[in-house]
Amino acid sequence: MSLSAPATGRPIARRLRAKLPVLLALTPAIVIGFVVYLGAMVWTVRLSFSTSKMLPVLDWAGFVQYDRLFATERFILAAQHIAVFGALFITLCLVLGFLLAVAIDQNVRGEALFRTIFLYPFSMSFVVTGLVWQWFLNPQLGLQQTVRGFGFSDFKFDWIVNQDFVIFTLVIAAVWQASGLVMAILLAGLRGVDAELWKAARIDAIPTWRVYVSIILPMLTPMLATAAALLAVSVARLYDLVVAMTKGGPGLSSEVPAKFIMDNFFERSNVGLGSAAATMLLATVVVVLAPWFYAQQFRKRRGRA
Amino acid sequence: MSALAEPRGPKPKRISLARLGIHAFLIVVAAFFLVPLWVMLVTSFKTMNEIRLGNMLAWPADFTVEAWYKAWSSACTGLACNGIQVGFWNSVRILVPSVIASIAVGAITGYAMTFYRVRGANALFGLLLLGAFIPYQVFLYPLVRLFSSVGLYDSLAGIVVVHVAFGLPLMTLLFRNYYSSLPIELFNAARVDGAGFAQIFRHVFLPMSAPIIIVATILQVTGIWNDFILGLTFAGRQNRPMTVLLNNIVNSTQGEAAYNVDMAATILTALVPLTVYLVSGRWFVRGIAAGAVKG
Amino acid sequence: MGAVSVREISIGFGEIKVLDKLSLEVAEGEFVVLLGPSGCGKSTLLNAIAGLLDVKAGQIWIGMRNVTWDEPKDRGIGMVFQSYSLYPRMSVEENLSFGLRIAKVAKDEIARRVAKASKLLQLEALLPRKPAELSGGQRQRVAIGRALVRQVDVFLFDEPLSNLDAKLRNELRVEIKKLHQEIGNTMIYVTHDQVEALTLADRIAVMRAGVIQQFATPTEIYRRPINAFVAGFIGSPGMNMIEGEVKDGKFESPGVSARLTTYPGSTKDAGRAILGVRPEHIGVGRAPEGRTMIRGKVTVVEPMGGETVLRTDVAGRELTVRANGDSPAKLGETIDMHFDVAQSSLFERDSGARL
Repeated sequence: MSLSAPATGRPIARRLRAKLPVLLALTPAIVIGFVVYLGAMVWTVRLSFSTSKMLPVLDWAGFVQYDRLFATERFILAAQHIAVFGALFITLCLVLGFLLAVAIDQNVRGEALFRTIFLYPFSMSFVVTGLVWQWFLNPQLGLQQTVRGFGFSDFKFDWIVNQDFVIFTLVIAAVWQASGLVMAILLAGLRGVDAELWKAARIDAIPTWRVYVSIILPMLTPMLATAAALLAVSVARLYDLVVAMTKGGPGLSSEVPAKFIMDNFFERSNVGLGSAAATMLLATVVVVLAPWFYAQQFRKRRGRA
Repeated sequence: MSALAEPRGPKPKRISLARLGIHAFLIVVAAFFLVPLWVMLVTSFKTMNEIRLGNMLAWPADFTVEAWYKAWSSACTGLACNGIQVGFWNSVRILVPSVIASIAVGAITGYAMTFYRVRGANALFGLLLLGAFIPYQVFLYPLVRLFSSVGLYDSLAGIVVVHVAFGLPLMTLLFRNYYSSLPIELFNAARVDGAGFAQIFRHVFLPMSAPIIIVATILQVTGIWNDFILGLTFAGRQNRPMTVLLNNIVNSTQGEAAYNVDMAATILTALVPLTVYLVSGRWFVRGIAAGAVKG
Repeated sequence: MGAVSVREISIGFGEIKVLDKLSLEVAEGEFVVLLGPSGCGKSTLLNAIAGLLDVKAGQIWIGMRNVTWDEPKDRGIGMVFQSYSLYPRMSVEENLSFGLRIAKVAKDEIARRVAKASKLLQLEALLPRKPAELSGGQRQRVAIGRALVRQVDVFLFDEPLSNLDAKLRNELRVEIKKLHQEIGNTMIYVTHDQVEALTLADRIAVMRAGVIQQFATPTEIYRRPINAFVAGFIGSPGMNMIEGEVKDGKFESPGVSARLTTYPGSTKDAGRAILGVRPEHIGVGRAPEGRTMIRGKVTVVEPMGGETVLRTDVAGRELTVRANGDSPAKLGETIDMHFDVAQSSLFERDSGARL
């Protein structure tokens, strides 16, 4: 529906004048969309094909930075770590979030209190979460020591300083923060299930757990996919938690791509290498999220038809 | 059961094993969520001597708020040792203009995109949404160079612009969805009455926007206060937000770690969004639902 | 096997009492309709029979068994809902067989029952489809099929046709009647639509505010409604209610004077009363012997195709007349009308009870 305009002036000028306020209103969005998002993204990719070190240099260096990247042990480790973290984090969040949503859906006493308890970590910063868990899992003064103080003198939980296990501590802290979100999303979905569907299942003699697994879970698939997509975005972004909780250590054993990129841009003055890593991150995100995006569009089109 | 001749009236209630199990499960998980918070709290009220004893769950034997004073006013956040209050006020100075600006821009953009067919508006919206999924690190370095070339780098104005820019996709999504759900007859009636773009927005839709503004405010306050990476990169030495200073206090390698001070500083940093969360209750959840259910 | 006996049940939510000591006896194989306006308690009663709602007092028997404390699945009932309630991600065939698979019925038995139900309800072509691909009428048939395959004694229907458009409603109504004739199970059906009630029921229970007003055959309810509420609820356009007085064996009201000698009921000096006459029982033209005469002016003519509805003004009151075929009178015309007191109903003015 186009705007109608006062009948003065030439047609084109008239249309332009009519559309002026709208274009003005959309200017911030246009500037941000093209400069910040599109522009910066293109620039980063461009820089990945240059030899930039401390300052950007606009030469063409082909795939030199990428070769360097894949020969850098730190990056390979970061990629491995984020893959392990991502798989565990997303799975555990979805499972725990689903179980919590189902449990709360049972009309339990104190439902509001439970919901508040499960969601409050999500309101806090990843930095706060990282610091809390860093303290909690401190081998000398945290969990390990406390349990030993109760008499279990052989209890060992030094994962946070253990190169092989530190990634799991990150998973625990992140799941603590984010499962409440999954629970909130799925609970909304559960509440949207028609009450008469429950009645019909009750009359058909279907046990409650079976209703959740065979009937309701398939209905929740779009919401699970959305939750998984949101979690995947957090995985790609993972930076604050690592900096606060482990600083990437011990050694390189909790290094992640986002941190690798930041360090190379700002501390090690390796702009070209950092850009290459950033481009790889971008490519991974696009590849992982493309099917979900496509499914959303497909659902919307089918819903509209 | 022999006393009762036959069933009549209300069914006798039995506590089934399943219900007990569900309550037990919820309580165990609630403990998982609450114990770290408990530990944070009690540690902040202990003396360092007591902390070294190593029972992190114990209630302070010697309750003291000393650590809180230190955290607020004298903890070392780098070169300066003025406590985390510096970060608190910095965060406030960043938060207020950023929230107001990003909601204003989001509202107008959402309004324009809902009611006015401009060629390319949908594509623009798609671009913004796509951008929201991509990690900041992909955009960061060119932005830093751009900002420093226009003098915005390391400044309050710069960090505000950054927050507006990165908040725009979500804000536009919220307002666009909200305005789409309102009856279009309102818009048409105002047009027939002769009102223009800004007038319709100011007199018809802005007054109706209270619910979505509340949701947007909650999301932005939480998101901006909790931000670390953008504040670290763009805010500059004078304006470093609370999260950045907190990280400096705890993870600095200077001197001996004062765990009670660390915990007090952590709680202070978490206090603002946590309060918003507890006060806003259902609105917070509504915000998540609005943001998560795309389109 | 399939008789349903509701014995003095009371149901309430907190302080509010929806049903109070309500009793109802449904014979085996009978088709009973619970009819009434929204909020009258008919769905509550049905849900109580199903076991979806607990009773605060009283008993419910199905067949020879006291099922008051039984779960719905143990009561031998099947239920069809207004919103179809099919399992959305399963095909029609899976929807029909799911309950049986849970109950670990043998595979060939499941196949047999599904085939039988599909044949009866003409679902064979639809078996592989998902609910989203079906029309409203088809979905409802699948819902009925789901109850059929469980081979229950009693079928419960909770306003199953309310979500369908008028044409589909008529078609499916006929199918349900045919189904009852075919399988003969006890059926209890809730609706607010009197046409459904009149065409489907063996007996109708008209309900209002949690109390059964009248429980009788459609004919009885139509001809001799037990009170003014029931009289007004059945019949479209509604029964004409004329206020007046009964004295000396006559009903007197401005414009209407009727001798009550042929009235089937006792009318001794009842005082203030309401005379109820159905629009289809009023004829236009000169009155044959023995019928009451009225004169009125035609104010609205509503042609309905096969019949015409006239609104007339009789001494300041509106009287509705239904006549077959084209309109027997013109707008503004003053016409003669007549009716037979034997076909009418008299109600006490204050209580509404039938005289």
